[in-house]
Amino acid sequence: MARIGVFVCWCGSNIAGTVDVEKLREEAAKIPGVVSASDYKYMCSDPGQNSLRNVIKEQKLTGVVLAACSPHMHENTFRKAAVKEGLNPYFVEIANIREQVSWVHEDKERATAKAVDLMKMMVEKVKRDRPVEDVKVPLNKKALVIGGGISGIQAALDIANGGVEVILVEKEPSIGGRMIQLDETFPTLDCSSCIMTPKMVEVNQHPNIKLYTYSEVEDISGYIGNFKVKIKKKARSVVEKDCTGCGECWNACPMHKNVKSEFNLNLSERTAIYVPFPQAVPLIPVLDRSVCLHFKKGGKCQKCYDACGPKCINFDLQDEIIEETVGAIVASTGYDLMDTSMYGEYGYGKYKDVISGLQFERLLSASGPTEGVIKRPSDGKTPQTIVFVQCVGSRDPEKGVPYCSKVCCMYTAKHAKLFAHKVHGSQSYVFYIDIRSTSKGYEEFVRGTMEQDGAIYLRGRVSKIYEDGGKLIVKGADTLSGNQVEIAADMVVLATGVIPKKGSDKLAQMLGISYDKYGFYTESHPKLRPAESSTAGIFLAGMAQGPRDIPESVVSGSAAASKILGLFSKNEYEVEGTIANVNEATCVACFYCRRVCAYNAISKKEIKDRSGKVVKVVASVNPGLCTGCGACVNACFSKSIDVKGFMDDQIYAEIKALAI
Amino acid sequence: MGKLAYYPGCSLKGTSFEYEVSLLKILEALNIEIKEISDWNCCGASAAHSINHNLSIALPARNLAIAEKDGYDSVLAPCAACSSRLKNADYELKNDDVLKKKITNSLEMNYVPAGMSINNMLEFLIGEVGKDRIKSMVKKPLSGLKVASYYGCLLVRPPKIMQFDDAENPVTMDELVALTGAEPVDYSFKTECCGAINSLSKPDVVMALTGKVLYDIKKHGADLVVVACPLCHSNLDVRQREIERKYEEKIGLPVLFITELIGLSFGINPKDLAIDGHMVTADSVLRKIEELNNK
Repeated sequence: MARIGVFVCWCGSNIAGTVDVEKLREEAAKIPGVVSASDYKYMCSDPGQNSLRNVIKEQKLTGVVLAACSPHMHENTFRKAAVKEGLNPYFVEIANIREQVSWVHEDKERATAKAVDLMKMMVEKVKRDRPVEDVKVPLNKKALVIGGGISGIQAALDIANGGVEVILVEKEPSIGGRMIQLDETFPTLDCSSCIMTPKMVEVNQHPNIKLYTYSEVEDISGYIGNFKVKIKKKARSVVEKDCTGCGECWNACPMHKNVKSEFNLNLSERTAIYVPFPQAVPLIPVLDRSVCLHFKKGGKCQKCYDACGPKCINFDLQDEIIEETVGAIVASTGYDLMDTSMYGEYGYGKYKDVISGLQFERLLSASGPTEGVIKRPSDGKTPQTIVFVQCVGSRDPEKGVPYCSKVCCMYTAKHAKLFAHKVHGSQSYVFYIDIRSTSKGYEEFVRGTMEQDGAIYLRGRVSKIYEDGGKLIVKGADTLSGNQVEIAADMVVLATGVIPKKGSDKLAQMLGISYDKYGFYTESHPKLRPAESSTAGIFLAGMAQGPRDIPESVVSGSAAASKILGLFSKNEYEVEGTIANVNEATCVACFYCRRVCAYNAISKKEIKDRSGKVVKVVASVNPGLCTGCGACVNACFSKSIDVKGFMDDQIYAEIKALAI
Repeated sequence: MGKLAYYPGCSLKGTSFEYEVSLLKILEALNIEIKEISDWNCCGASAAHSINHNLSIALPARNLAIAEKDGYDSVLAPCAACSSRLKNADYELKNDDVLKKKITNSLEMNYVPAGMSINNMLEFLIGEVGKDRIKSMVKKPLSGLKVASYYGCLLVRPPKIMQFDDAENPVTMDELVALTGAEPVDYSFKTECCGAINSLSKPDVVMALTGKVLYDIKKHGADLVVVACPLCHSNLDVRQREIERKYEEKIGLPVLFITELIGLSFGINPKDLAIDGHMVTADSVLRKIEELNNK
């Protein structure tokens, strides 16, 4: 026979102000099976919890109902208290009479009636509760970081320094990501390479980090604690262990004027065998087979091989598949810049001297195509007037994306500042919509660009850019003075919008994590769980989540790392027991459940007889992946799935309680 | 090719008769049959859509409804303003059920949007006729002739509704020019405003805007301008003499409809294309064509 205790919380006046708590207590006492009903000012306080424990002990309760605040607040608190008295934690149910009653209603009488109903429902539910055990999943204490930009590097280093093995996979021939392409960084103007390269080297030398560059994640299966990963190591055509990075091979390559450098964003050329930039980590070249004469002309050219001292060039190397098992993953895939072809009026691609902000970074960089001297692409002359256009693609729902790319205000201010520093007597103009400079030292930085460095800021958009007599004529609006302006510029820099890295959606599908309509990975909770993805064991970092600057990317990398170190501090991962459960006797193996499962938690399971013959195939729930969302329960045609703690009979009893 | 309807609108029957004459001539040469929509009415451009939204949809919707009832599946509206109004109506009726009910009631005619392909002149030539067919008819290639295509606004804007070419950097007319063997001239103001209907109320504004376009074309070395919009044509052609006087610099750019240029390349007699109907005489162009042919 059930012995239920009902505890009504006043929550000060939060509940008691709108709900007649005494009436609620009296109604509770009338329900068959309820052996104790009480009310208290603050159930969550120490005396409140103690009274709960006392009643459980004295009355030998088999179930507890708290009419209180949302279970998100204190379910855990009360469960812990109940466990101390030997009760299964899932025998504690909460009727939410604060968020769902007192805070949203005014009429005390009707609010009380609703509170009574909610409380009755929970009493009926708790009567039918069966013990649920939390599931324990073993953990492989090794982490995979996908993407070797600043956030991925930070995550990898933090995890590795915590004593955990890390595999870092990077698609490009070198780690460093976008940050290593930048010149100086706002707001302190420290050089990006100078602060980045030591970190890159540290990654390469760290005993706990295994680095795979020029590699891509091919396939991922499994679940938290036990992910099976296939990594494709693309054929580099260079035997890595023998290469010294001396450079003889790329100096010997005859293809030195034909291929545009991806790293320098087409502003310079590279050879067929190349390192993307001199500080590349690892400093091992990649042979680009799509342009190499050896591969295009039937093996005739082998100048790099001839030049190579240790003879580590091998034209026969093939792609390699490496399999790893890891317990947790960080997705830090980074970003791309929008293609601005939809802005035909700005002539990007048509006029050589209309370039993107990232291209301007390369022009500023000492390791860039012009060795840090600002020269315009068309004729190599140093521009005297540059117009910077912000929000090209960002904040433009018509043609681009509605969101703000966040970093452009700051890097444009930096560009204008560095231009003033490098070309004395020059003039820059900045077209902006709003200035967003909200972090530490940012506003002062922008002010400095305006006041000390003389950049002229014009609030308005650019309508057209065209060429006239060797100048780029920029037509725009200055909305503060209400005038149309035309500026004859030598060069135009477009602050193009930030979008997720190409292919990051495919990776998300592989990982089973969700992303928003723009393709940015979605956090498990936008405020309270910003480092976690929607899938357990997979964490997020950097711009893959949305536009952010370097400090924020570093923070997010560290956050993901600390979450993983926390997870790995135990030997097993505990999953809430309220997950889906398949009745194998009635399951008809239609696998409709698999189609609706957003977490890839359902797989096929073969039931074999003693001789090993398959007698039946049924759906099987992976406890590491299941979140207990219940989608499969609804989808199941043969009513073979239930979520533990939310069984059909419990739900029906709740509804019935409401009907009487 | 389905059954093609032709919606001339007021301009092609009046100030821009050259457009209609040359259009019908080249279609005759191409052996393509189009039929005027019976009992067509004003498309609602200029006046209606600035005064009464319902009217601005109802007027073009009626024309579309007639075309649909008569079994056409494609409408050609050579005037850019007409095609713009027809496409606008089609778009709004497709996306606004309440409006559609209202318009259906007031017209007492039903129009099912989405089924009808509505084309401006350029879309029609590229899409319905096709590049190969046009090219095969070119008897007198205009090689050596430098031609600037002026698009103006309505052919490509608003992009969401027009769904045609790149709104900021259109190329369709240049592609058609290239088919005739002539050389397309690139310049900066292809889609700049010509001043449109302000020609009547504020001619100074029009002269400033149109002047900018014409002088830029001139500077880029074009022999002539082609257009696909009667209003563009009238501003560039009719106002040209006045602009020259105002800015004290000669322009002397003949302004032809794209259909006239195509007709010339087909070897059709210029008179039959009504090329003598413009304010800025096209004699210089015809002479240059003769010279180039004799070379």
